[in-house]
Amino acid sequence: MMKNRKKPQSNVAFYNNPEKRAIIYQVLALAGIFLFTYFILNNMFINIEKRGINTGFDFLGNEAGFGIIQSLIHYDESNTHGKVFVVGILNTILVSAISIVFATIIGLLIGVGRLSKNWMISKLSMIYVETFRNIPVLLQILFWYNVVLASLPGPRQSLSYFDTIFFNNRGLYIPKPILESGFIAVFIAFILAIVAVVYLVKWAKKKHENTGENFPIFFTSLAILVLSPTIVFFISGSPASLDYPALKGFNFRGGWSLIPELLALSFALSIYTATYIAEAVRAGIESVPKGQQEAAQALGLKDYVILKKVVLPQALRVIIPPVINQYLNLTKNSSLATAIGYPELVTIFAGTTLNVVGQAIEIILMTMAVYLTLSIIISIAMNYLNKKMEIKER
Amino acid sequence: MKLLKSLSIGIATLTLATTVASADTLETTIKNGTLSCGLSTGLPGFASPDSNGVWKGIDVDECRAVAAAVLGDANKVKYAHLNAKERFTALSSGEVDVLSRNTTWTATRDSSLGVNFAGVNFYDGQGFLVKKDLGVKSAKELDGATFCIQAGTTTELNLTDYFKANKMQYTPITYDTSAQTIEGFKAGRCDALTSDSSQLYSLRTTLKDPSSTIVLPEIISKEPLGPVVRQGDDKWFNIVKWSHIALLNAEELGVNSKNVDEMLKSNNPAVKRLLGVTGDIGKNLGLDPKWAYNIIKQVGNYQEIFDRNVGKDSPLKISRGLNKLWKDGGLQYGAPIR
Repeated sequence: MMKNRKKPQSNVAFYNNPEKRAIIYQVLALAGIFLFTYFILNNMFINIEKRGINTGFDFLGNEAGFGIIQSLIHYDESNTHGKVFVVGILNTILVSAISIVFATIIGLLIGVGRLSKNWMISKLSMIYVETFRNIPVLLQILFWYNVVLASLPGPRQSLSYFDTIFFNNRGLYIPKPILESGFIAVFIAFILAIVAVVYLVKWAKKKHENTGENFPIFFTSLAILVLSPTIVFFISGSPASLDYPALKGFNFRGGWSLIPELLALSFALSIYTATYIAEAVRAGIESVPKGQQEAAQALGLKDYVILKKVVLPQALRVIIPPVINQYLNLTKNSSLATAIGYPELVTIFAGTTLNVVGQAIEIILMTMAVYLTLSIIISIAMNYLNKKMEIKER
Repeated sequence: MKLLKSLSIGIATLTLATTVASADTLETTIKNGTLSCGLSTGLPGFASPDSNGVWKGIDVDECRAVAAAVLGDANKVKYAHLNAKERFTALSSGEVDVLSRNTTWTATRDSSLGVNFAGVNFYDGQGFLVKKDLGVKSAKELDGATFCIQAGTTTELNLTDYFKANKMQYTPITYDTSAQTIEGFKAGRCDALTSDSSQLYSLRTTLKDPSSTIVLPEIISKEPLGPVVRQGDDKWFNIVKWSHIALLNAEELGVNSKNVDEMLKSNNPAVKRLLGVTGDIGKNLGLDPKWAYNIIKQVGNYQEIFDRNVGKDSPLKISRGLNKLWKDGGLQYGAPIR
């Protein structure tokens, strides 16, 4: 429309042409941003040089010289700052992943609970949401950490379960399986079980479409997944042994341990983020026209079947976008760990390493880059899921 | 929020670095009428608020001394409370002009952070605080123990060195502030708290029952603590350095806040030079001739500062030890004012 009107005015000066003017302004704005950035960076480098502050990424190869309480890969004090960076990223991902899983489960339950016809469940869910949403998450982290620590006994008075599982203020200790060479057979059995389940699901779906009969997929799959590796495990002569935690000196050694910092942090993040997810779930469910539910009821479907097969699939389109945001927030909030000493990226890399080497600019930039990358990955994955959930017109 | 804080400091470094380096710190301080000083987030004896919310301590007095020398009024100080991780960035970005925050003078910091250490106001060393019921008498018995540490300090590195040298194992829990560190210790998260021994005595006073804990005899490191300034402003470096030295010389010459007015009439040429009655030290520093008089009158000499904040007149009761004057067998040695 615009184009048709402008063509005859081609004798107008280019700076009076709205289309060209818009482009000129944008180019000017962009140039301005570039100049500003250049000015700032240039000044920064000049001043850093003048002050004799070290620059560059050489520090990543230097020995770190400090210990870290939890690492998913092998780490000791003689490793480099580069490795500290990796350990930090992994710990950030670990706590975020755990919290995302639990926040989603709790959020889904509470969100459905708020719409429950049961007065008590719906009110309790509302109280949950209103309480935990309105308290700053840092306070919640400190609260849970102090509660966890205060309620647990010291290592010598540990709570124990058959002398194999121990719980004290240093963490939760469970036996750690030591795998022997024959264990590969169990692993293969597990992979085969997964493949079998995939085929089973396909078969059951087809059967359902053809005959309308329901096959108990969930329990059958569970049985296959659990039983087949277990049977292979015993047939191949139990190729694994357990390393039991035992009290040695000041503390327990051996076994797997879960530190209270991780427990408290994932607890707080899950509970806090779940309130927002619950609200998204509620909004999603309420967006599904009531008629859909009534129609399903008229067909005589059970309540949980209505929820699972009629309501949720339609609600998910509304639920997923805000939930993406909550996953991103949760990941970024994990940096609050520094208050309780959980060794994630900000605590050990943007904290200790920064102080040891003092190169704030490089380290902060690297840390920002990690959060940016994590956010983009979550966003891409969830958007992909969102695309899949869109209503398919047939 | 912590991330946000670090990020904003990072950005502050980017932007503030553009303006501060060229500025003359003395000039801007006089123009602003206040000295901006970086303190810790709270450590009794070194920097902590009293019952009226006024910050007190050795580190506070160090800043007050500089303010008295530069502005003639020890109260014209604006405090920033920094944790261990933020302190150097805050200094180099110009957020503070003096960092007086029990900071250890090390080669790496002095040579790669763009800062200068202006003196030592407390000779310290790293020690261990443990609960008595643990039954430990020496740090050598701490093999396998868990330690509460403050993140971003030399403490973390010393601990590694010590345990490596003695072929022992340890587990570190690193918290953000010293308050959180002592909370972790109280809750039993760790077996021992390790920090500079002055801090151990200081943190110990915050416990409900200090006598249930002991500080182990081992001192595993040298920790000279003192004020820090930015590199590249020698005039300002001199002022902070000599404000500290004036405190030591005043103690040595027996000049204190009570007798300083009489001392103006003293016949001792060293006292006359210190108090600006003769000579032009003040002028050379770019300050009022009465710069040292103002310090001593308003803040006191080193002995007064030590005694009232951490020494015999304080709850901490730390003995002077290494912090005695050189002539009493200690390490505190004020270069001559002449």
